[in-house]
Amino acid sequence: MIHQDSKTLLAVRDLHATVNGIEILKGMDLTVKSGEVHAIMGPNGSGKSTFAKVLAGHPAYEVSGGEVVFEGNNLLDLKPEARARAGVFLGFQYPIEIPGVANSQFLRLAYNTVQAGRGKDELDPLEFDDFVREKMKLLEMNPDFLDRSVNEGFSGGEKKRNEILQMALLEPKLAILDETDSGLDIDALRIVANGVNQLANKDNAIVLVTHYQRLLNYIVPDYVHVMDAGRIVKTGGKELALELEARGYDWVGAEVKANARVNA
Amino acid sequence: MNTAATTTGYLDSLLQGRPPASPLTWLNELRANAVDRVGALTVPTTRDEDWRFTDISPLTKLSFQPVQDVAPVAPAMVAQWAIAEAAARLVFIDGTYAPEHSFNHTGFVVENLAAGVTRHGAAVQAHLGRHAEFERNAFAALNTAFLHDGALILVPRDMALAAPVHLLFIATRKLAASYPRCLVIAESGSAVTVVEDFLALENEAYFTNAVTEMALDGNAAVHHVRVQRDGAEAFHFANCAVSLAHASRYHSVSVALGARISRHNLGVRLAAEGAECSIDGLALIGGQQLADTHTLIDHALPQGKSRQLHKCIVDGAARAVFNGNIMVRAGAQRTDSSQSSRNLLLSAKARIDTKPQLEIFADDVKCAHGATVGQLDVDEVFYLKSRGLSDTAARNLLTYAFGAEVIERIPVASLRNRLEQAVLAQTQAAAPAAERPS
Repeated sequence: MIHQDSKTLLAVRDLHATVNGIEILKGMDLTVKSGEVHAIMGPNGSGKSTFAKVLAGHPAYEVSGGEVVFEGNNLLDLKPEARARAGVFLGFQYPIEIPGVANSQFLRLAYNTVQAGRGKDELDPLEFDDFVREKMKLLEMNPDFLDRSVNEGFSGGEKKRNEILQMALLEPKLAILDETDSGLDIDALRIVANGVNQLANKDNAIVLVTHYQRLLNYIVPDYVHVMDAGRIVKTGGKELALELEARGYDWVGAEVKANARVNA
Repeated sequence: MNTAATTTGYLDSLLQGRPPASPLTWLNELRANAVDRVGALTVPTTRDEDWRFTDISPLTKLSFQPVQDVAPVAPAMVAQWAIAEAAARLVFIDGTYAPEHSFNHTGFVVENLAAGVTRHGAAVQAHLGRHAEFERNAFAALNTAFLHDGALILVPRDMALAAPVHLLFIATRKLAASYPRCLVIAESGSAVTVVEDFLALENEAYFTNAVTEMALDGNAAVHHVRVQRDGAEAFHFANCAVSLAHASRYHSVSVALGARISRHNLGVRLAAEGAECSIDGLALIGGQQLADTHTLIDHALPQGKSRQLHKCIVDGAARAVFNGNIMVRAGAQRTDSSQSSRNLLLSAKARIDTKPQLEIFADDVKCAHGATVGQLDVDEVFYLKSRGLSDTAARNLLTYAFGAEVIERIPVASLRNRLEQAVLAQTQAAAPAAERPS
């Protein structure tokens, strides 16, 4: 929801990033204020997922220019774990499986580490168990998932629910959800979207990275951005997503090229 | 460098202090044959193919003898290693049976071999020395030359016991040699869980040379857990030979945490149709340790199934060796076998030599194998860091998880929990992130 008096959470200016020496982000600009929901759309290879990973601090990506300011601080100065503690959350497109570590153990470790980093109280296993079970109801998750190894043998939908469960526990100020809708059937999509909607409030913001409009029927964005060749080339309201769904991405690229010729 | 002459002399020197003659002729003959073999064999060196990566010359610089006057161990000491679920426990101190610490509530034979060999002569004679061959194996020959005491487990037909039998081998004395010998006979349709547990009260240099033989009759099932948590200066050599009859099932989990040099040979022979085995292993070592595991799964007849997961986590300047041989003989059609060797290097000086070895002489078989050696996965570390965990905490958790996958397969809850704690403690104590290879 767009509020008049909301403050800027994230300001990305002319961000460039490379992986293995190849430039993927080529001048990314984005401003996200508290309370807002942004959708970043675009064809495969446009740099959407790279942008998400760069914000979270993935070591494979090197920032080669520009700046990212999060709540007034240079986010790029922070290690990934410090970003998490500061309130940045990345919901993974492909959540990692960790055989041998119980989900409950992992969730509690993450929760307590982030709580400690924010100067808040940690929970012992019993307290945490009550707390996490309550959060799981939000995502209609079976408590059995606490006893299983992290993401091991989870279906695509179960993995994504587990990601949103982590979001619910860590209460980020900025949640970047990378292709959270991919691989979900319609019921799982509804549950995951419902969970995200319940976590959204006037003090946090959500950036949805998605290829398809489908998710945006459930999580309604305030802004829709189209990425192409490593930067945002078009921004609109939620109706832009419908137009993209109907017409594909090609016309956006063509429009950009046409504008470039006009301006030249 | 050791010459053949001095290494021969070394084995001879170890032959001092053998047990007195037994009233059983066949046992004396077995020992005498073994003594002859010891005389003919030499201490293996890295010039032997089977010992290429395992230099045991530090052993030969020390002189070991069996302990004649075993000192008692306080019950409280034994209690700290107790397995709560155990239905029976046999304790051996420096190789000598300690009845005061032992009990048997199973209702079948779980007793020390020295006593059992006379009481159950025919059954024992049919199997003892028949599975663990010592013709070309100096350590198995030495153990057989000293064959006197250890554990005897006879599980009668159709008797199934879920509670484990705990065999606890405690080392207390510097330069002590011990030669435990275990024989497990599982009659048809029976089921039992056996835990062999090796540990020390002090970090002294001692020499444990163990041989275990297991014979599973038709439809029998044995869970075998082996925990080697010897002292950091110890030398541990073990040979385990398992023979599987029709449709029997053998599941083993071996964990090696201790010893300066350890070598574990495990041979499983699927000697009849439809037999199954899973043999899983974990070596978690650091410092100057060396842990060598050699396994042989011998598919001799059709419809056999084998599964193997072997993992090594190596820190410091330690070295792990794994040689996993899977033999599928000409008649062993429709064999289904898979083997996986997964290895984690935690420091730049750590070393792993892994050698999966498939020898397949049948044409209708399914055999899969794979080996990996690597460091922790960048994406896994990042995933945990993106949830707030520090680099060190993330790496420690992943290292723990890597080992826990094997520990989890131990079917005894209290032992599993205790080993998980041990692995957790050891992985938390691993080298700081700065010293790791990137």
